[in-house]
Amino acid sequence: MKLPDKAVTIIAGHYGTGKTEFAVNLAIAMARDKRRTALVDLDIINPYFRSIERKAELEKEGIIIHVTSHGGKGDTPAIPAEVMSVFADTGLQSIIDLGGDPGGARVLGAYKPQLDAVPHDFWYAVNLNRPENRDPEKVIADIRETEKLSRQKITGLVNTTHLGRETVLSDILKGDEHAAAIAGRLGLPLVYTVGERKFESEAKDLVKGSFFPINIYMIKPWELGDAKGGQFEWLLEE
Amino acid sequence: MAKELWKGNEAIAEAAIRAGCRCYFGYPITPQSEIPEYMAKHMPAAGGVFLQSESEIAAINMVYGASGAGARVMTSSSSPGISLKQEGISYLCGAELPAVIVNVMRGGPGLGTIQAAQGDYFQATRGGGNGDYRLIVLAPATIQEVVDLMQDAFDLADKYRIPVMMLLDGMIGQMMEPVEWTHTPAADLPEKSWATTGTNNERPPNIINSLFIDPDECNRHNLKLEEKYRRITENEQRFEITDADEAEVLFVAYGTPARLARAAARLLGEEGIKAGVFRPISVWPYPYDALHEAAGKESVKAVVTVELSTGQMVDDVRIAVNGIKPVHFIGQAGGVVPTPREVADAAKKALGR
Repeated sequence: MKLPDKAVTIIAGHYGTGKTEFAVNLAIAMARDKRRTALVDLDIINPYFRSIERKAELEKEGIIIHVTSHGGKGDTPAIPAEVMSVFADTGLQSIIDLGGDPGGARVLGAYKPQLDAVPHDFWYAVNLNRPENRDPEKVIADIRETEKLSRQKITGLVNTTHLGRETVLSDILKGDEHAAAIAGRLGLPLVYTVGERKFESEAKDLVKGSFFPINIYMIKPWELGDAKGGQFEWLLEE
Repeated sequence: MAKELWKGNEAIAEAAIRAGCRCYFGYPITPQSEIPEYMAKHMPAAGGVFLQSESEIAAINMVYGASGAGARVMTSSSSPGISLKQEGISYLCGAELPAVIVNVMRGGPGLGTIQAAQGDYFQATRGGGNGDYRLIVLAPATIQEVVDLMQDAFDLADKYRIPVMMLLDGMIGQMMEPVEWTHTPAADLPEKSWATTGTNNERPPNIINSLFIDPDECNRHNLKLEEKYRRITENEQRFEITDADEAEVLFVAYGTPARLARAAARLLGEEGIKAGVFRPISVWPYPYDALHEAAGKESVKAVVTVELSTGQMVDDVRIAVNGIKPVHFIGQAGGVVPTPREVADAAKKALGR
């Protein structure tokens, strides 16, 4: 699995596709690869279950975090001025996590001059288990709408197909087929197929997208109870 | 059918359409705005009416009109918006009109916060409007349960000619969970012979009204409503009990805090303390007798109520337990959610450990 080498990587998609989980994992993977990394949470749609909830873990990895006002939990999601710094800071690699739906990508339009001046990728996350992502025509229409509102071209797809804690290998494989077919029609690469680390050995040789193994960081409050001895053990460290 | 991943608010809207709802009136407010957004996109395709009203007050009065004309109708909002609807809800009850009202609760009082809370329990179960009235109030804990209960909510509303409230916290509206769409057949319901559908010169006009100016008549109307509420109390209590056998601690929680309580029960289990969870699904009518029986088991040393409030449902728990066991409370308000560890520690403290 090759990590992004461009200055800015933007992730868009319908809400609930798994964008934020992927963005958080991508940031951590890049930071652990000794790159100076920033995670910019530009979600102006959803005030719940935000990457900022994992601020402590992300900062421990040395990741710089920028988030909309009130720590992303406000009703009026103002964008902080320091977001501009990620375009000026050479040597920094940034991941921009956009809000759900084409509407969530609108905020990107404000940064068109800055984005046009730096090498960047703009990836669209697809989750076959989301009803909005089932029909390839609808996904393509949403991608076109996202491009229109964001004033940027999508440069690749990421398969983030999951079913929460009920995800099985076949979800990932079917999602990979689905996303690869859409990417093929658009003449775009399927950059990654994302899946929990436990699926890596079985999935990695079967998928068309490069397998990107993740840990689950975005958990619900009651799932903390399963931390001891379980998949959320990392939350109990220290 | 294969499971799909749904966001709570979208699932609420889709489930309502599948349950035959054909009129939706509402006004956006976080954390439930995806409901009107989804309705705007999908209700016209279902042959129904979506209207974004100029205010919450307008929306609830549109509900009154549509329901009076016999339509399956719904509105939704979040806490401050539900406060605005209280007058209309009282009128719906007075005029015996069926409707479904969804409250995706946020922190209060006043404008409060947009994060999840359960501070509207008193308002939902005791009435924020005037007069002697009740709503059926259903409190699901998962998105699957929201979907499964939505058909029941509309059917109960029609069966008893009463507004039914779905009482959810913001997390249910905002989170993603797998959903399986199982078909729940509509209950066998009588014709709405009372609705204002036009007389066609064949019957006297129907009148939808909550004004009974003569005190005796108003009293008779209240007694008739009371008789209806008694029938609902007898027939429509819903609850779920998990791991109550030999439990030393009995948690009581509705909605997502019941999931926190179950997580806390697992933590306690690792320490050798048995804990069960009593989860009311209907919070009005409240399952008093079932909770009394569960708390009365010899093994139970303490009853611990968990809420995203400073303590509201705990009053009903005290009524149910009626002094036979000590009742404790743990909660956070204003959008803060206690951790399973904090809930488990509260239970240990209640046991004196």
